[in-house]
Amino acid sequence: MPNKTFFWFFLPTGLAMILFIGLPIISTGIQSFYAQHDQVVKEVKKCDPFGCTVSIVVDQEATSVLRDERPLGKFNGIGTYVDRNHLAIEQISEFWNETDTFGDFIDQVTNLPFYKALLFTLTYCLFVTPNVLLLGFIIALSLNAISRKIRGPLIFGTILPMIVTPLVGSLVLFWMIDAEGIIGANLQLMMEDPYLSLKSSRTLTWITIIIYGIWHHSPFAFVVFYAALQTVPQEPVEAAIIDGASRYQRIRHIVLPHIYPVVTFVALISLMDNFRVFEPIIGFSAEGSAQSLSWLIYDNLVNEEVILFGSAAATSMMTIIGIAILLAPVLIRTWKEFRTAR
Amino acid sequence: MKKILLTLLFILFGTTAYADGHCSKPSGSINILANDFPALRTFVETAKGCKGSADFKVTHSSEHNKIAVPALTANPSEFSARIAANSSIVPLMNQDLIRPMDDLVKKYGKGIQDSQLITIDGKVMAVAFMANTQHLYYREDVLKELGIPVPKTYEEVVAASEKIRASGKMQHPYAAAYKAGWNLAEEFVNMFIGHGGEFFKAGTAEPNINNAKGVATLNMLKKLASLSNPDYLTHDSEAIKVEWESGKVALMTLWASRSGTLLDDEGDAKITAATKLTGPATVGGGNIPAATLWWDGFTLAKNRSDSDAEASFIALAHAASNKKMVADAADQAVWLVEGFVPGPKSIGVIEAVKMGAKPYPMLPQMGLMHGALGSEIVEFLQGKESAEQALKDVEAAYISKAKEQGFL
Repeated sequence: MPNKTFFWFFLPTGLAMILFIGLPIISTGIQSFYAQHDQVVKEVKKCDPFGCTVSIVVDQEATSVLRDERPLGKFNGIGTYVDRNHLAIEQISEFWNETDTFGDFIDQVTNLPFYKALLFTLTYCLFVTPNVLLLGFIIALSLNAISRKIRGPLIFGTILPMIVTPLVGSLVLFWMIDAEGIIGANLQLMMEDPYLSLKSSRTLTWITIIIYGIWHHSPFAFVVFYAALQTVPQEPVEAAIIDGASRYQRIRHIVLPHIYPVVTFVALISLMDNFRVFEPIIGFSAEGSAQSLSWLIYDNLVNEEVILFGSAAATSMMTIIGIAILLAPVLIRTWKEFRTAR
Repeated sequence: MKKILLTLLFILFGTTAYADGHCSKPSGSINILANDFPALRTFVETAKGCKGSADFKVTHSSEHNKIAVPALTANPSEFSARIAANSSIVPLMNQDLIRPMDDLVKKYGKGIQDSQLITIDGKVMAVAFMANTQHLYYREDVLKELGIPVPKTYEEVVAASEKIRASGKMQHPYAAAYKAGWNLAEEFVNMFIGHGGEFFKAGTAEPNINNAKGVATLNMLKKLASLSNPDYLTHDSEAIKVEWESGKVALMTLWASRSGTLLDDEGDAKITAATKLTGPATVGGGNIPAATLWWDGFTLAKNRSDSDAEASFIALAHAASNKKMVADAADQAVWLVEGFVPGPKSIGVIEAVKMGAKPYPMLPQMGLMHGALGSEIVEFLQGKESAEQALKDVEAAYISKAKEQGFL
């Protein structure tokens, strides 16, 4: 395609991306460097049905003067990024000096909200992504080998987890694993432990969410792999069969190299998706045991009665950086291949 | 305390000569944002009866807290009025999103009693119409069978629950809304106030919870949690209501506003008949209950035309002074409206006031403390860290947030 045609094709999408993705990211970036003005408070008398007390309120007159002067708030530089609820630089160096063993140090660090969330997010990515790729590939291979007559309904059944709304899917599982639910209650019976709860133990909650993630994301990998399998040329496969190659050898040396670019693509998308894990935490009410970076942003924006824009913006920026770091190896590789191909 | 009691008695039994439910037919546009529970639906429906020629819209949502500030910040704001409580009025005050309504009260607020007015710095910022608190519910049949007296303190609740568990009747006899986040933090607030704690150092926004009272609070919460369903960290008010109705719980701390749904005709008649209400429990030898008093009232948006504010006030004041509503819906809430005769479902709130319960702290920075509590004490309950460490984490998390918000 000539560059000019490409430009006109891309223009509408490009504009929409700048307007709805580019500008908000810039705005978020700017906000992350600001904090609220110092609150001017005053003592007042407060009366309600339960009596009168002396209490403090925000002095609106003084505050509005400050706000009009500098509507963005007080410039805070990277203050929000390094505070205790984010990178916690100060606290970490303190822990380093105070703790005796490395294990203690790690314990202390992962007790900080940002690192706690990062740990869960990375664990989730590391377990879900490879398993999704593997499971998706296995399902695609098996369905590809099945008689065409029953393939349609089977494909439909396989992609169901992706069709179900994430929140609904996680809620269904949430109720099943409740101590009174069908899975939870049976587990208690089997283990003969009436206090066993999948939801109260951190490890078990993590495992539940990871299994749910694999269940929910595999169909996507399957659909893409299945489509790719249809494009595998038959001649080399037949030639390999004549040469006596086993099924495994055929997959390893013919199918996999052929669909390799697609695998990279699925890995990229799935890594990005998993790094932003959020719905299952809400669906499983797992806030207590599992927090992700996306959940932290949500918490700052809605769970407090006071909205913390600076905190949310800082976490958002760090999530974007995190995704960039995770994707870097794959992107660099793709870029190199692209250059050699040219 | 005596004064509070007198005020409440005055609110509950006071009679004045005003005719009820007068309505001055407003015009304009009314749009109300409110939480979603039966009493509020009744209240808004009553207000609708006095909409005159005005365009009347309402949004009932349990997510009301999440939309209130953004929706009222817009100019003109999406809603002309917001039904708030003592905690949710604070962010509106902090951001200067609601308007004083002294002139409207003077002009149209005839049936409203003085005690219903929420005044801050001498200005009426809200009109309250119902009171709420968390208190104890118990199963009379279970307690009687085991010869357990009705608990008055949380220590007695623990002893009673242990006895019920030992008898083999119930595995997890106690329930309270311990869902990580807002609910769990609310239980901490109650218990900490019961221990006589103050959240902030006097006159400052410096946190003051990492002390013996904080530790005692956490230990009591953990003891109670160990007597609850093991999934307690995921259970909110609705979930424990379901547990109660399935007969698996004998003692419970729950909102007074939910008593209506527990005592209605739905569900097992035997359980409903044995469900009894009593005041909130005290803790650690204190004499004020480990509970907070709440009011629900209406506020008017600042970023909305004066005529819409006036129309909204007329309709809502009609409901907030409506004797017929409080008579018809007497079992839905403890109404602060004139003419309300408290029934058996109001016992919890009335007892709480008699015992001198404190209102939920209406401080500008309290929301940040509440948020920090909700996420940082979880690990203590799970047995992963010490009480001191958990409280230290709460304070540290709070301090970072308060610095960002300019309170420290």
